[in-house]
Amino acid sequence: MNQNILIVGATSGIAEALARRYAAEGANLFLVGRNLEKLQTIASDLLARGAMGVQTFIMDANNSDLISAMTVSAWATFGSIDIAIVAHGTLPDQQRTEIDIPYAISELRTNAESVIACLIALAAKFEIQGSGVIAVIGSVAGDRGRASNYLYGAAKAALDTFASGLRVRLFKSGVHVLIVKPGFVATAMTADLDLPALLTVTPEKVSLDIQRAINKRKNVLYTPWFWSLIMLIIRWLPIVVFKRLKL
Amino acid sequence: MRQFLSWGRYPHLPQTPHPINWPEDISRALKMIAISGQGAGLAFGCGRSYGDSCLAESGHVLAMQHMDRVISADWDNGVILAQAGMTLAELIRIALPKGWFLPVSPGTKFVTLGGAVANDVHGKNHHVNGTFGRHVRQLVIQRSDEGVIQCSPFQRPDLFSATVGGLGLTGIILGVEVQLRPINSSQIDQRSYRFGELDEFFDLSRLHDASNEYAVAWVDCLAIGKQSGRGHYIVGNHSQSGLLEVAKASGLSMPFDPPISLINSASLRIFNTLYYHRQQRKEFNNTVDYDPFFYPLDRLQHWNRIYGRAGFQQYQCIVPESNGREVIGEIMQQIAKSGTGSFLAVLKQCGPLPSPGLMSFPMHGVSLALDFPQRDPLNGRLFKKLDALVHEAGGRLYPAKDAHMSSTHFKQAYPQWERVEALRDPQLLSQFWKRVTQ
Repeated sequence: MNQNILIVGATSGIAEALARRYAAEGANLFLVGRNLEKLQTIASDLLARGAMGVQTFIMDANNSDLISAMTVSAWATFGSIDIAIVAHGTLPDQQRTEIDIPYAISELRTNAESVIACLIALAAKFEIQGSGVIAVIGSVAGDRGRASNYLYGAAKAALDTFASGLRVRLFKSGVHVLIVKPGFVATAMTADLDLPALLTVTPEKVSLDIQRAINKRKNVLYTPWFWSLIMLIIRWLPIVVFKRLKL
Repeated sequence: MRQFLSWGRYPHLPQTPHPINWPEDISRALKMIAISGQGAGLAFGCGRSYGDSCLAESGHVLAMQHMDRVISADWDNGVILAQAGMTLAELIRIALPKGWFLPVSPGTKFVTLGGAVANDVHGKNHHVNGTFGRHVRQLVIQRSDEGVIQCSPFQRPDLFSATVGGLGLTGIILGVEVQLRPINSSQIDQRSYRFGELDEFFDLSRLHDASNEYAVAWVDCLAIGKQSGRGHYIVGNHSQSGLLEVAKASGLSMPFDPPISLINSASLRIFNTLYYHRQQRKEFNNTVDYDPFFYPLDRLQHWNRIYGRAGFQQYQCIVPESNGREVIGEIMQQIAKSGTGSFLAVLKQCGPLPSPGLMSFPMHGVSLALDFPQRDPLNGRLFKKLDALVHEAGGRLYPAKDAHMSSTHFKQAYPQWERVEALRDPQLLSQFWKRVTQ
């Protein structure tokens, strides 16, 4: 049975790697993103890799007017959606968020509000459908605010809390909600960061973990797995110690 | 970020990667490299060039591996246009189930399309299909002075012939359109002959090359006296019928760098003797999967680590047909005398098909390739002797493998280099090119 997959933020590194895995299984894909040219490039690539069908939808998730039109179009195209993945986001420049209020607000909008808006629209559709999985890309940064990226972390923490509540709500309808918390992944978003080589993984590896977590109906996925240990320690550090650390 | 080295990890010049996910990232990365003021950049694929041809003058490279999308595929005719960062492994995975295979396979599938073009790679079927570049229908290139341009044997042929085998210097290769070859099965009908001396290899090659698409020989380079030149000659053809199955990835990996090279004259002698006697019969037929047939070394990931931190150099030369037999014999004697060298040397008779690139390595003649653990004075002395033999015979060394070739020998062996230099993108320069041309 070919699955129908919807991906918001389909040009992101993790989303593209994940889309390739579903394409190789012969899935139908509904790709949502801002850049038509990139979406079309990815669409033809996915078709060559075995996707049954690929549809693209141009949308800036910050424009909430379009979100309902997007879900309507997705369901109209494929009849039903088995898996929806919300993967869009940016990596704000933390230092700039400390002095530039409009910038900080707009980054919060992109990484929290616009994602939540998509989740609301998807939840409504899935609830009626009565089956399926919604996966949202959070981050280990959402587990505890650290000086190096707490605006980004605050946005991801909002997703964590929202997804938790949504999971409970949709459980009754037979719809599953997964939050993915990747550590350091080498993608376009992190291209300008000097990430520690030993802790950094490829989007291919992360996408395999996500696909497995979706299949197993996991609630929370740390990927790679060792981040669950790292974040366990970070969450449990006493505040008196934590505030003296450079993390 | 993890820094890059070349496959031989010699010379030790770590490269800082600038990840490229979309064509638009290229000019931004090149600008950043220019601002650093350390010199020009270079595109970097899988880092399978052995010496310094994949290392940038500035120590900053454009990491192209995520530029790996299929742009268009015509499965009726086996024509595929893909971004240059796609590996041959990935291309096989996509094309093989549809009954298409690479027209030319180098010894590893972990190279990018861009790298295969930039080095105009060849394989076991050179005597039938020539180099990889012969099957490239079109290239898309981004130059810092001209922007994005297309070239082919018919459109901007000057730029095309300078880019095929042009070591990535004529612009960033964005897209490669390849004509694949049809297959009916993912298996290879293989026949292997054991030979006792070099002359026997040349006789076998003359007898069987023509009737087999693939042919190559492994030679024991350490054997001296009566056993000198012993080895295995292996030929194969795609099976006429069978399944089209992509090989599973190998999980074997060399997990760490041993402090010293595991390859030394004692371990080599044992390995080579065992390998030679593995096949007791003079002649042996079987059917094997394409993956171990074409890419036996890919089974052990990071195999380059067995040479330890110091790394290694590969010596690959080709000598014209006319006196190939004698010169290769002399070269092998010199290597045997030195007591160093790799597990096995690879010997291949290259055919007369002309290469499309101005600086393509293969010519009609005999090619020999083998690895040497990095040992400065020792390798230097031996290579000097070998270089003299190769160049006296009108042969040449392979830039993709090289970390030592002299400027004089380079200019003599590749007289067309100035035409490539004239078309070089001013923002691109490799350590190799600087070493041999300046």
